[in-house]
Amino acid sequence: MIGLSDYLLLSAILFAISVAGIIINRKNVITLLMCIELMLLAVNTNFIAFSHFLEDTAGQVFVFFILTVAAAEAAIGLAIIVVLFRNRATIDVEQLNQLKG
Amino acid sequence: MNDSMNFSLITSEIFLLIALCVIMIVDLFQRDKERKLTFTLTQLSLFVLFVLGFNDLNAPKEIAFNGHWIADQLAVVLKLAIYTITFIALFYARAFINHRSLMRGEYYLLTLFAVLGMMIMVSGNSFLTIYLGLELLSLSLYALIALQRDSKLASESAVKYFVMGGLASGFLLYGISLVYGATGSIIISSVSDYYATNQVNLISQFGLVFIVIGLAFKFGAVPFHMWLPDIYHGSPSSITAFIASVPKIAAFGMLIRLLVEAFGQFISDWSEMILIVALLSVAFGNVIALAQRNLKRLLAYSAIAHVGYFLLGVVPGTDASYSAAMYYIIVYALMTLAGFGIVIFMSTDKNEYQQITDLQGLGKYHPWYGLMFSVVMVSMAGIPPFIGFWPKLEIFRHLIINGFVLEAIIAIAFSVVGLFYYLQVIKEMFFAETNESPAITSSRSLKIAISINCLLLIMLGIMPDSIYQYCLSAFGLIS
Repeated sequence: MIGLSDYLLLSAILFAISVAGIIINRKNVITLLMCIELMLLAVNTNFIAFSHFLEDTAGQVFVFFILTVAAAEAAIGLAIIVVLFRNRATIDVEQLNQLKG
Repeated sequence: MNDSMNFSLITSEIFLLIALCVIMIVDLFQRDKERKLTFTLTQLSLFVLFVLGFNDLNAPKEIAFNGHWIADQLAVVLKLAIYTITFIALFYARAFINHRSLMRGEYYLLTLFAVLGMMIMVSGNSFLTIYLGLELLSLSLYALIALQRDSKLASESAVKYFVMGGLASGFLLYGISLVYGATGSIIISSVSDYYATNQVNLISQFGLVFIVIGLAFKFGAVPFHMWLPDIYHGSPSSITAFIASVPKIAAFGMLIRLLVEAFGQFISDWSEMILIVALLSVAFGNVIALAQRNLKRLLAYSAIAHVGYFLLGVVPGTDASYSAAMYYIIVYALMTLAGFGIVIFMSTDKNEYQQITDLQGLGKYHPWYGLMFSVVMVSMAGIPPFIGFWPKLEIFRHLIINGFVLEAIIAIAFSVVGLFYYLQVIKEMFFAETNESPAITSSRSLKIAISINCLLLIMLGIMPDSIYQYCLSAFGLIS
């Protein structure tokens, strides 16, 4: 039987991977976008697990909203990356260094 | 009633949504390059919102939509502040974007969407409503920054803002999910009821830490501040003026709802975290600002310091101190708007950002504007009798009353450090040796707008009660 703590552990691991991905990643902005999505999915796992074990539907409703917002966020994120690429012809994270000081 | 579908409580939001749809369609059929009609309609709807909000003042507190929505004095006062400051910010914006590639109807529409998001944020009574409002605000702001499509700096700062905003929402949501697991509810009042009767458990504390981190990210408090100077620097100045001022007010509403209303029982836990973050912000912001030569970055670091002072107001955890913090954040929004107004004012058609040295000679050749900008700077530094002084005084007073004497002394000491770089700007304006007159190409409406904004700072400084009484009434301290 898979218990609540297993789900929580899984989501904590996913969350840690995504945060690490955002901090460590020096290569590509798309990867950052994927990490943010992964982070939201970790949260969703948490919500669904709690919702199941508490027998309360509010958590599942919350997940629907998070998924919708994540889709909108991905759309805007990709649009911003297109703008960035047109200006610089690169989406390398290391080259995002004009703003400093 | 808790579960009533009382639509009269969301009249303003419905009105704004309809107005937005109308303006969007009107904008589509416009041939006018300057978008006069879109601008007029936008300002008109903000004005109507203000009138609607003003009628709601002193209305009794009501909770509706199954507990997801709350209409109380706090929400009304914060919304009024949001409308007013957006209204002024759009006047600045109009003058700024007129000659740039930014002149599109979307600018006004995205601003209005951001306002709608902030209205939802301050009125949300559940984690879900607050999250949706926050995302509506953030997504509009990301798009707003990226609106200047041909600018390398703007697109870079849009990406940075997007990633950091996503990270902050992620932390906030992770905390919320843990709290939901611990309490079994996403309604703020049920959460606080649960904690009133049950023991504080580890998982809630864990969730609380994540929520505080998420909030600190949104405020740009040290150690989660690294994005803020870059965003302020890279965005077009009129958008910086907007994102530096108004969303801070909404974030204050969010902080009160999440920390004070939901976690009132945990006050000793979160106030310690906030205290550390606040003192670090005050110290870091003020010290690093000393080294800045770019006016926008200087204002960004001073924003970090101001967030620190404001968070110090939340630390004592009494209603009086919250209202002082609210006073601080509203006044700060007005001041920072004027501060970035200077940047907008000094921008010429070609180049945008300003080194502090570009202000040289302003006092000699344009003494009126030199005087106005000096008022902004001394207000920010917190010198009496200007407006910036009074909220600082209130915050330090509440810190000392509640026994945080050492913390107050540290904050005051760094406030003196802050004085140095504000006065440095004034020094450049009035005392630098130069024979060159700085070019001022801004339109007449901008000249009027900035004069009004600065005169407002003087006037409010002479009558500090005018805003403060609303802040006190928001927490039920006066009726």
